[in-house]
Amino acid sequence: MADNPEQLEINKKLEVMNKVGLHARAAAKIALKSKEFKSQIIISKDGVSADGRSILDILTLNCPKGTYLEVRAKGEDAREVIEALTQLFNDKFEEE
Amino acid sequence: MGRAYHIDRAEVRIFYHYLLDESRVDNEIKRFMDAAEWIKEELRKAKESIPAELKDHVYVLDTHMLILSDHNFFDAVIDQIRIGHINAEWAVKKTVTKIQESFKKIEDDYLRERVLDIGQVGQRLLRVLLGSPSGSLKDIADKVIIVAHDLTPEDMTQIKANRVQGIITDIGGRTSHMAIMAQSLEIPAVVGLRRASEVIVTGDHLILDGGAGLVIINPDAETIQRYQERKVRFELYQEHVHGQSRLPAVTRDGQEISIMANLEMIAEAAAALDYGAEGVGLYRTEYHYLASAKLPQEDELFENYREVVESMKPRPVTIRTLDVGGDKVAGYMDMKPEANPVLGLRAIRFCLREPEIFKTQLRAILRASNYGWVKILFPMISSVSEMRAVKNIYHQVCQEMDRQQIPFDKSISLGIMIEIPSAVIMADALAKEVEFFSIGSNDLIQYTMAIDRVNEYVAHMYKPFHPAILRILHQLVKTSEQSGIKLSICGEMAGDPMCLPILLGLGITDLSMNAFSIPIIKQIIRETSYSESKEFFKRIFKCETSGQVNTLVFEHMSRILSRDLMNQIFNHPGSGDQSSS
Repeated sequence: MADNPEQLEINKKLEVMNKVGLHARAAAKIALKSKEFKSQIIISKDGVSADGRSILDILTLNCPKGTYLEVRAKGEDAREVIEALTQLFNDKFEEE
Repeated sequence: MGRAYHIDRAEVRIFYHYLLDESRVDNEIKRFMDAAEWIKEELRKAKESIPAELKDHVYVLDTHMLILSDHNFFDAVIDQIRIGHINAEWAVKKTVTKIQESFKKIEDDYLRERVLDIGQVGQRLLRVLLGSPSGSLKDIADKVIIVAHDLTPEDMTQIKANRVQGIITDIGGRTSHMAIMAQSLEIPAVVGLRRASEVIVTGDHLILDGGAGLVIINPDAETIQRYQERKVRFELYQEHVHGQSRLPAVTRDGQEISIMANLEMIAEAAAALDYGAEGVGLYRTEYHYLASAKLPQEDELFENYREVVESMKPRPVTIRTLDVGGDKVAGYMDMKPEANPVLGLRAIRFCLREPEIFKTQLRAILRASNYGWVKILFPMISSVSEMRAVKNIYHQVCQEMDRQQIPFDKSISLGIMIEIPSAVIMADALAKEVEFFSIGSNDLIQYTMAIDRVNEYVAHMYKPFHPAILRILHQLVKTSEQSGIKLSICGEMAGDPMCLPILLGLGITDLSMNAFSIPIIKQIIRETSYSESKEFFKRIFKCETSGQVNTLVFEHMSRILSRDLMNQIFNHPGSGDQSSS
């Protein structure tokens, strides 16, 4: 995988830790952040998948506080994607 | 009170066209794309000129921009036009409806209200497509009450708080973006009135009663006078209450009650003094830890504590040691997920497990004690041996500082937060270990009733007025009296007007609360008799349900307090939470 960076694929489980969950503000932040990268970004919950760049997709996942999400990034900057999103989740979307 | 200014935001009527001519398809798509781009540009402009009060809400404009470019929306509209051979307006309407349907299935009020955002984006597009972008709010010259079917976040950014006296809309709820933004601008708003924009016309005389969620259209002279008098009276009385706030709180029969403030940040200290706090009964130290990217160093903590201590001097500052864990965890703390965090590694348990973190904080507190009057409060103590382990570490730190010849106050009072039922049961033994107790009512109620008050399914069972709570507090007061230990309260009950007769009745005369609650609590104390409160407590102590306690408390307060004061109480943010029980 490492010798072919374009095929790089990373999965990570992230927890929604902010008080109000993935509502408009948090979803907007994820979508804006995802748009900074080239990789394909899929966020899924209980087998339902959302496009990381689509605020509507993310909102329909309906994630209250405590939800665990599977984040999958595929592409040359997958590692950076996961790092950036992990930071965003850990910072509780800079809400608290 | 003011004149209505009607903003025409009625839903746009649209027509269905079937595109017979294939060549018109591309034209419709272009119309749609241009309209979307035009709105995005407007949103960008609104973002740049957003007023300072609304800076926190910039994301709302981002939300609308993201919806416009979202493939679920943008691509879907284009597909509708191309495949369905329909005009752009109809394609937008169809797409919006489809997305809204999928949102309505979500069982979460907050998320469901986002349906409104999608609707607003749709309406905005339709107005642009039909060539009638609506009037801007920027141009409002007179003081008015805005009446509209709906207001977009962009509209809200254009409202000038000094021009707009109020907002009335047909749709929206308590958590709609509009309501949240109106709150930040401190503009009274009544939202979700369904037909207000049909009934009210520009120039109508309106009375808007934000507290009651009431709008009176073209009131008669008598009503206007009544509301004017009410407003003047309310404001005069409020001024009177605030004016008296720095005076001591003494009951009608001469019992002095000590009123302190709970602080979380240094910035709140000035307000606390302004509101007449006689000291700080609880300085929460978590904020500094949670707001830092890494573990704060001793010097940094010391500077922070010294500033608070000096700003309150000569008044006392009770510093509570780190109360993290549960829902308060910093990224660098590396705490494992726990099945029951509130029953897990939190507060003093965390500090005993991480003695270096604990010692660093104690050193910082001790150093600050040299600059004023410091007391130390330990959270979540559940047993005597735990308290002894804490004191052991505390003495080690004191000895170390002595060796290093760092000056500190040698006579600091140590205290325990009483927030776990086992601490109440063991209070006589714990009293021998420390100089004072402080009741953390929020956690004490949570642990006594086994209720997580942020869990919406059981939150209604969280009741300060529950007889079990009255009994456990009564037991604690009795034990404290017998043991001769000072007892105070710093939980939310202390600042809740409805809880005051109970606390006085129990004989608790040291209260610490959020600074903004101080003026009204002091005023209630002045209109209350200490001995009558004790008699009153004997009656409610016999109650078997929280409903009975609730009724008696309300009756009692209505009887002893003036009507002006009752009005203030029910306009006070922290009160009346118990009235639902």
